[in-house]
Amino acid sequence: MIEVFDLHKAFNGEEILKGITTTFSRGKTNLIIGTSGSGKTVFLKCMLGLFKPEKGKICYDGEAYSELDEEDQRALREKMGMVFQGSALFDSMTVEENVMFPLKMFTRQKKDEMLHRVNEALDRVNLDNANKKLPSEISGGMQKRVAIARAIVTRPKYLFCDEPNSGLDPKTATVIDNLIQEITIDYDITTVINTHDMNSVMEIGEKIVFLKNGNLEWEGDKTQIFKTDNEAVTDFVYSSNLFQKVREAQLKGL
Amino acid sequence: MFYLDDIGRYVLMLKGVFSRMTKRSVLKTLIFKEIDDLIIGSLGITIFLAFFIGAVVAIQTALNLTSPLIPKNLIAFASRQSVILEFAPTFISVIMAGKVGSFITSSIGTMRVTEQIDALEVMGINSLNYLVFPKIIAMLTYPFVIAIAMFMGILGAYVAGVYGGFVSSTEFLSGLREEFIPFHLVYAFIKTFFFAFLLATIPSFHGYYMKGGALEVGKASTSAFVWTTVVIIISNYIITQLLLSQ
Repeated sequence: MIEVFDLHKAFNGEEILKGITTTFSRGKTNLIIGTSGSGKTVFLKCMLGLFKPEKGKICYDGEAYSELDEEDQRALREKMGMVFQGSALFDSMTVEENVMFPLKMFTRQKKDEMLHRVNEALDRVNLDNANKKLPSEISGGMQKRVAIARAIVTRPKYLFCDEPNSGLDPKTATVIDNLIQEITIDYDITTVINTHDMNSVMEIGEKIVFLKNGNLEWEGDKTQIFKTDNEAVTDFVYSSNLFQKVREAQLKGL
Repeated sequence: MFYLDDIGRYVLMLKGVFSRMTKRSVLKTLIFKEIDDLIIGSLGITIFLAFFIGAVVAIQTALNLTSPLIPKNLIAFASRQSVILEFAPTFISVIMAGKVGSFITSSIGTMRVTEQIDALEVMGINSLNYLVFPKIIAMLTYPFVIAIAMFMGILGAYVAGVYGGFVSSTEFLSGLREEFIPFHLVYAFIKTFFFAFLLATIPSFHGYYMKGGALEVGKASTSAFVWTTVVIIISNYIITQLLLSQ
């Protein structure tokens, strides 16, 4: 579980996060949504320890990150897995080497054991026959799978995903969403996903946090989001033509 | 103030490079890869440049020796001194600032743009040590490149001087040995080590701290080349003043 208390973050005097307090539960897919520039990525990077907040604290299963010394912070980071928006795979390494990388860095396993873990992770994300390929030789969807495999190969306690299905076709995006949800349940981990894709919200939004201008505007789940009266949320949800038509049909009682 | 800020960040970067070391087995692989990319990959252009620079120095010296009172072996003497003292260590280092420097800046800069550096940090890895330290160690072998450049420069001078009909082989070889001061080699290699450190760290600094996208990677590469060259030229002056002037 991740608990966030009164989180503030500013850049060059401009406040990006204005006191966010929320909780992300274990075994659930937690979504952070909001328009571009609402502070989603900054919030995620604060949780990852890449940005240091000005005020507030983030607790990982009761441990406040800011109160840990540098060594303990590093140990805590080793329990985190991250799937970046652009996958962030290492260009010069093959798929296998990319997934093996965290194991090489943090374990003393023999190569055979590491290879076993790598293949297990690649199997988990349904990626076959790509071990020896370079990231540039595989599709965007496959790159996302490799990034997920790299994030879960060390069996993290916390999984963060920054717009995991951006740039993917709707079918592949759904497959990636479902994969993340399955992994969250199977490994019983705390997953936080940063997205502005309403399909993801409908598919896997077990807990949704809506940000607007750095404030936590609303929180709930995927059923509540379609019933809320919060104007900012409804504006966001019904901004696409498809959802607008659904809304019109609902209002007409169809 | 802006430059002071950059110098401060550069010093802090160096502190970060030498702290929280990456696992030794991983570093070993990275160092060999960097030696291959930065050193072995530069040998071809170095040999080519040094040979022709040496040849041109020999021809220029020969054409300027108009007085019959000046011995012909001065061509070899002048070529040796020019190549060992300046052309090999300094001129080749300026070329390397373009070749190796832009490679380092663009590769680290691209990793920054594509969030690969963030990925390393999230994994709890000291990205500065992981990315920059192997480059510094690999560049410790840079004096070998300069030694080869010195040899090729003198060979180029010999070929141009002797086969160009400016000087006989015997005169060239006697001039090559004349008034040789071994400390000049020591001086050349001291500054080569210093330039090697600059060649590894200044482009890394520009790549690591760059912000923006692909266009900024290009800009960072250009500014890394400019600054590496400027610092090499200034430090060349200071080292020469300190080591050679009485």
